[in-house]
Amino acid sequence: MSVLLTRINDAAKGKILTLQEYFVLAGKSLRFIVARPFYGQDVVQQMDEIGVRSLGIVLLTGLFTGMVLALQSSVQLKTFGATMYIGNLVSASMIRELGPVLAGLMVAGRVGSGIAAQLGSMRVTEQIDALNTLGTDPIKKLVTPRVIAALVMLPVLTIINDFVGIIGGNIIASFVVGLPSAQYWRTVWDQIASDGFTLRYLPNDFVQGLSKPFVFGGLISITACYFGLGTTGGTEGVGQSTTRTVVTSSILILVVDYFITQLLLSVLTYG
Amino acid sequence: MADDANVGVAGGRKSAAVRRAIRTELAVGGRAGAARPRDRGVPMVALEHLSLAFDVPILEDVSFAVHEGDTVCIVGESGTGKSTILKLILRLLVPERGRVLIGGDDITPLTFEEALVVRQAMGMVFQGAALFDSMTVFENVAYPLREHTQMSEAEIEARVREKLEFVDLDADRVMEQLPSELSGGMRKRVGIARGMANNPEIMLYDEPTSGLDPLTTATITGLILKLQRELGVTSIVVSHDIRSVFRMASAVALLHERRIVFFGTPEEMTASEDPYVRDFLGGF
Repeated sequence: MSVLLTRINDAAKGKILTLQEYFVLAGKSLRFIVARPFYGQDVVQQMDEIGVRSLGIVLLTGLFTGMVLALQSSVQLKTFGATMYIGNLVSASMIRELGPVLAGLMVAGRVGSGIAAQLGSMRVTEQIDALNTLGTDPIKKLVTPRVIAALVMLPVLTIINDFVGIIGGNIIASFVVGLPSAQYWRTVWDQIASDGFTLRYLPNDFVQGLSKPFVFGGLISITACYFGLGTTGGTEGVGQSTTRTVVTSSILILVVDYFITQLLLSVLTYG
Repeated sequence: MADDANVGVAGGRKSAAVRRAIRTELAVGGRAGAARPRDRGVPMVALEHLSLAFDVPILEDVSFAVHEGDTVCIVGESGTGKSTILKLILRLLVPERGRVLIGGDDITPLTFEEALVVRQAMGMVFQGAALFDSMTVFENVAYPLREHTQMSEAEIEARVREKLEFVDLDADRVMEQLPSELSGGMRKRVGIARGMANNPEIMLYDEPTSGLDPLTTATITGLILKLQRELGVTSIVVSHDIRSVFRMASAVALLHERRIVFFGTPEEMTASEDPYVRDFLGGF
């Protein structure tokens, strides 16, 4: 019995230590955003890696999600003779939920795994130790530029994802359901306007849709850097770090999405 | 103990006096690691009663001193903590007990950020060279100069060429190559060039000749000797290669069961009657 309790105690301590290290890393990487030296070139390079190079999968994901959403909803709405509301449904779903979550999941898969593999390889080939011995803080040089790039680029990718998704819905609405484009876009705007505004001009849907990817960007980059820097066990360890990054980031995105939604729904005034 | 290399958790207590002393030391001559005369009586590196354990004890009561211009080689069986000693000197690890003194200053209580400054006075050559694989040879060697000096691009290029030529590499040919395009021996030489780019007073080598053919091994050993003789650099070398160790060492430290069981010149080592020393040297 005492052996079991000791094991539970050790496991709990291990988990708490992991959380502590995660938050220390997050705190340091955010603090270094405003601390010299600034690695501007690394930030631009990471923006290209995280943002520009993720554009392809985000465009494809957004387009087909918008299309399938319009297709599925048209079947249900048709039974009520309400196919003119396809635009409302697609825009609300894409902007509030599917755009941020799908962009987050795509970036977690493509970029999170890449960051973990890169930093993991640097760890096992002693390049992280080399940075330390050359008087450079690896968090400042490697983590902070990735975090800045993810915080900036994920909202941008989400905007593109939302827009392309709504265009996908338009394609189905026009060519499959037979709804005129003008009517589709009017219902899209009606939906955005009907959900109310923050500070008079900023649609609530946009506040919700853009605050999420900002948080997801931080989660993905810090999780990837945490597992990457903590890699042990050679190339096998790099593979494990990559897998852990994708699984943990994806779960965090879905869980945190719920809590942000809950929070924003209680803060923002809808309708 | 804390492993600062993992997530950079700052460890140790702050000591204003130590910070001032270290910063004053680094500021002398206006550049990190500038060689200057030092009283032979004050060791460049001194380890005093170091003990370290993770889940199991790694090092116990390890003490030795390295004077200016000396080359001390640390030898021992695999897994005895030789490389750990280098990490303690670099303050990548903090000992549970004991002190590490660099030029007479205790670096164990420094914070992570303060330790980064102290490390600029040291050069490290890793077992696998640890070159940044996303950077060219030029960018690798120029890295410490760009990070810690105000040198112009022309001055940096001149310094990089000088260091690459010092390690017998054709600067024009290799500067724009990536580490993946180099042979093992060339990577080690670039690693040495990067380690000495800032003109450090102390060079640390972790298995500099492992995995190399006998000719390249001799070349790398020759380079370490050249650094010692021509530039008076103080060196600490971890190695398994006894032939190279005897060629370059001023003194040899033998680690066995977490402790230093022998410290002396190569001649004293070969003459030793200690059964473990004789066993370790085997047929050499």
